[in-house]
Amino acid sequence: MNYSYYPGCTLKTKAQELDRYGRESAKALGIGLEEIDDWQCCGAVYPMVRDEIATKLSAVRTLMAARDKGQKLVTLCSACHNVLTRVNNDMRTDEYIRSRANNYLDPAVPYAGETQVIHYLQLLRDELGFEQLAQAVKNPLKGRKIGAYYGCLLLRPSKVMAFDDPENPRIIEDFVRALGGTPVVYGMRNECCGAYVTLKDEAQARVNVERIIANARSQGAEEIITACPLCMYNLKKHQDGSMPVRYITELLYEALGLKEADANADE
Amino acid sequence: MQPGVVFAQDYQYMCSEAGQNIIKDAIKTHGLTGVVVCSCSPRMHEATFRKAAAQAGLNPFMVEIANIREHCSWIHKDKEEGTEKACVLMRAAVAKVTLNAPLKAGESKVVKRALVIGGGIAGIQTALDIADAGFPVDIVEKNATIGGRMAQLDKTFPTLDCSSCILTPKMVEAKANENIRLITYAEVEEVSGFVGSFKAKIRKKARFVKEDVCTGCGVCMSKCPSKKGLNEFNMGLNNRSAIYIPFAQAIPNVAVIDKEQCIKLKTGKCGLCQKVCTAGAIDYTQQDEFIEEEYGAIVMATGFRPIDASKFDEYSYSTCKDVVTSLELERIMNAAGPTGGVLLRPSDGKHPHSIVFIQCVGSRDVSGRGKPYCSKICCMYTAKHAMLIRDKYPDVEVHVFYIDVRTPGKNFDEFYRRAAEQYDVDYIKGQVGKVYEENGQLVVRGVDLISNEQIVLNADMVVLATAIEPDPTARKVANMLTASIDTNDFITEAHPKLRPVESPTAGIFLSGVCQGPKDIPETVSQAGAAASKVIGLLAKDKLTTNPCVAHSDELLCNGCSCCEKVCPYSAISYETKLINDHGVKETRRVAMVNEALCQGCGACTVVCPSGAMDLKGFSNKQIMAEVDAICL
Repeated sequence: MNYSYYPGCTLKTKAQELDRYGRESAKALGIGLEEIDDWQCCGAVYPMVRDEIATKLSAVRTLMAARDKGQKLVTLCSACHNVLTRVNNDMRTDEYIRSRANNYLDPAVPYAGETQVIHYLQLLRDELGFEQLAQAVKNPLKGRKIGAYYGCLLLRPSKVMAFDDPENPRIIEDFVRALGGTPVVYGMRNECCGAYVTLKDEAQARVNVERIIANARSQGAEEIITACPLCMYNLKKHQDGSMPVRYITELLYEALGLKEADANADE
Repeated sequence: MQPGVVFAQDYQYMCSEAGQNIIKDAIKTHGLTGVVVCSCSPRMHEATFRKAAAQAGLNPFMVEIANIREHCSWIHKDKEEGTEKACVLMRAAVAKVTLNAPLKAGESKVVKRALVIGGGIAGIQTALDIADAGFPVDIVEKNATIGGRMAQLDKTFPTLDCSSCILTPKMVEAKANENIRLITYAEVEEVSGFVGSFKAKIRKKARFVKEDVCTGCGVCMSKCPSKKGLNEFNMGLNNRSAIYIPFAQAIPNVAVIDKEQCIKLKTGKCGLCQKVCTAGAIDYTQQDEFIEEEYGAIVMATGFRPIDASKFDEYSYSTCKDVVTSLELERIMNAAGPTGGVLLRPSDGKHPHSIVFIQCVGSRDVSGRGKPYCSKICCMYTAKHAMLIRDKYPDVEVHVFYIDVRTPGKNFDEFYRRAAEQYDVDYIKGQVGKVYEENGQLVVRGVDLISNEQIVLNADMVVLATAIEPDPTARKVANMLTASIDTNDFITEAHPKLRPVESPTAGIFLSGVCQGPKDIPETVSQAGAAASKVIGLLAKDKLTTNPCVAHSDELLCNGCSCCEKVCPYSAISYETKLINDHGVKETRRVAMVNEALCQGCGACTVVCPSGAMDLKGFSNKQIMAEVDAICL
C-alpha cells in the first residue's frame, strides 16, 4: 500500500515527533508513505477566505501531485488535513474556484478535486483496518486510561470533513481500543482548546484547557492524546503538567513495540 | 372575435351568482354549444361553471377553462407579455371547445366498508365515529395492541387527566363495537382499485399465540426464560420477556411472541410457555395470514414517533444515561412505567435534585439534522412535565431552555404561566450548546439571551423535548395508496384550508399526526372530521365517475400491448374478436379499456403507435387544435 504523504511545516519544526512516529509506525505496518516532492505550505488558514484564489494554489498543487501519482493523499497534522480537504472540496464543487485556480496554474490536466484526502487515522481505520492494526500490536497498552482529544479541525465543518460524528466522535477511541488501551469518553473532547486565541488572550485559552483537562480527569482519563500540533501546544502550555499529553502517533509507536526497540538499541 | 365565438363578456366576479347568471343567460339567448371561461385554475371553479352550464341545458363537458390566473397573471411580471399569453391561452381553449363532445358521467359502486390504517387515538376515534353511523370498519394496527402513542403518556395537557384513563374506555369500545373489526399485529401490503371500490391485502403477522384462545393471564410472561428484550412500550428503559403482552390494558389482551428473541423459535429448545399455558394458546407453527377485503374508503392514521435524539449528541444522549427524551420521562413518571412512577434517574436509580429541560431538540432546525417545522406539542408537554415534577417533588429544581414558548390553544397559555409563576419553573430564553458528564453529574452549558450571559448549570437529569416525525411506515403506505406526501413525509391534504382531512387521491382520508403535528384534542377533532367525510362517501349508493376516460378504436388498434404496459391502473386488457373493417372481416386482438378503472391520465394515448387510443374530453384532435391555436 503506497500513499502520497503531506507532512506540512509544523511537522518539520515544532511537531517533529508527530511526523517521525507516524512514518516509522507506517513503515512497521507495511504502509508506504511517499512524501510529496517540493511540497509547499498547505495554505494554513488563508484558503478559508471564500473569494481568494491565490492562497488556495499551493494546496491545489499538493492535491494535484497526489493525483498525478494516482495515490490517495495522507495527512497527519489536523490543520493541514482541514485545509487540504476543504480546498479539495471547493475544487470539486465550486465551479468559480475551480476554473480560476486552473487558469492560474494552467496544469497539463486541469484539476477538479479527484484526489482523496485521508487523515492518518482514516488510513489506519479504512485502509489498514483497526482489526489488522490490533494484530500488529506487540506492546498492548493494557490498563492505560486514555482520553482522546479531537479538537475542532478534524471534525468540522462536518459535512465537508466527513470524518466522524462531530458531536460524538469515535475514531480515536476505536484506535485506542485497537492498541489495547482503555478509551475514556469525556464530553469536552471536541471543544475548543483556545487555538490562536492563546496568542491574544492567554487567560481565555487557559480557561478552555483547564475545562477540558478537568473533564477528562473526572471521567477517569490518566493521559490525553491528540493529532493536532496546535492543540498539543495549548494543552501542554496551560496546565501544571500533571496530565500527560501525547500525539496519537507516539502512542501507536509505543504499542507497535518500536519505542521498546529504541530503548534496547540505546542500551 | 375568434372563429365560432358569438358572444364575449367581461365580468370581474364570474364565479359569483351574478356571473354564473351571465353565462346561463348567454347560453339561452345565443343558443351556445360551448362556453370558455378565462379565469382561475379549473381546480378552483371548473365544477362551478360546469354546473351553471348544465342548469342552462348545456352538457357540462362543453365548458372549457383558460387558466389566466395561476398559469399566467400571477407568475409573469411583464404585463404586456402576460396579456399576450392570456390571449393565447384563450385562443387555445376556444379551439378546443369547438371540438368538445357532450359526455355523460358513468356510475360506480360504493363498498360500504372502511379501512383505517393505524390504531392510535386518531384511528380509534375515526373508526368509532364511522361505526356509530352504522358502517363496518376495519382497523389495521402494526403493533400487537391498539392504543398508539397516547397509551404511553402519563398525563395529558392542559387538564392533567390520566391519559390511559381516558383512552382505555375508547379502546374497549373499539373492541366491543360490532361494526369494528380489529386486525392487530398486521400491515397492509397491497392496495388496488379506486374510490368506492378499493381492494386491500393485509398481512396478519404470526403471533405464535392463538388470539381467540389466549386469556391474557400472563403466566407465560413470568415463566419465559428469555427476558432480555427491550420493552418498546417503556421506550427501552427496561426489559420484557420474549412472550409478552405490551401493557396491562392492551387490546386485544393477548400475548405475542417476539420471534427474534424466543429461544424455542430460534433454537427449537425451550417450549416453556406452551407447557404453562393452561388455555393451550401457544402455537409455534403459526404462519403469517393474509386477509383480502374490499373497502369504499381508506383512512390513514399512521401517527408519529420522536426523532432519534442521538443525532444531537451535543446533548450527550448516546453517552449519558441521565439524558432522556420527553417520551422516556413520560414512562418514568407513569405508575406502570419502569420505576413505578417514582422519579429516579436512570444511571443509578437515585432521586434527582435538579432537572434541565431542553426544548426544540430537532424542531425548527435548518441544519439538516432535524426538522424544519415546529413539532407543536413540545412546549406544552414540557410545561406539563415541569409542573408535575415541581408539584410532586418540590425539592427538585427545574430549568427549561426555550427558543420561544408557543402555546396557542384553549387554556394553553394559562397552563404554561401556571408552571412558570405558581410552580417556580425556571424558564430560560436561550439554547444549550453542550451537555456533558463530570464528577457523576451532568453539566449544562447554555446561554441566557435575556441577560446575554453564558450559563453553566449542574443537573442530575436532562430531558430533551425531541421533535416528532411521521411514523416510518407512512411513506410506504402513502405510496401504496398513491396519496401524496410532502418533503417531511407528512401526508398532503387536498387543500390546506378547505379540504384538510382528504388526500388529493379520491377516497383516501387523513387522521391525526400523519397529516402534520398536532395534540390530542386536535387529533380527535380531525379524526371525527375524517370520519364524517368517510360517512358522507359510504352513504352514497353510487358514485359518479369521470367520463374523461380512454377509449380504443378497434379498427385502428393493432394489438401491440404498448398501452397495457404503461397503464398505471391496470385498466387495459385485450380481447380477440371479429373486426368488420368496412366489409373486410378478420379476427384479431384489440385493446379494451375498463372505464371503471381508467383514471384518464392519458399515458396510453401517448404511447399508442397507431393512434387508436384516445381520451374522451382530451382527444388527440382537441390537443392538436390547442397546439395549433398557440403556435400558428
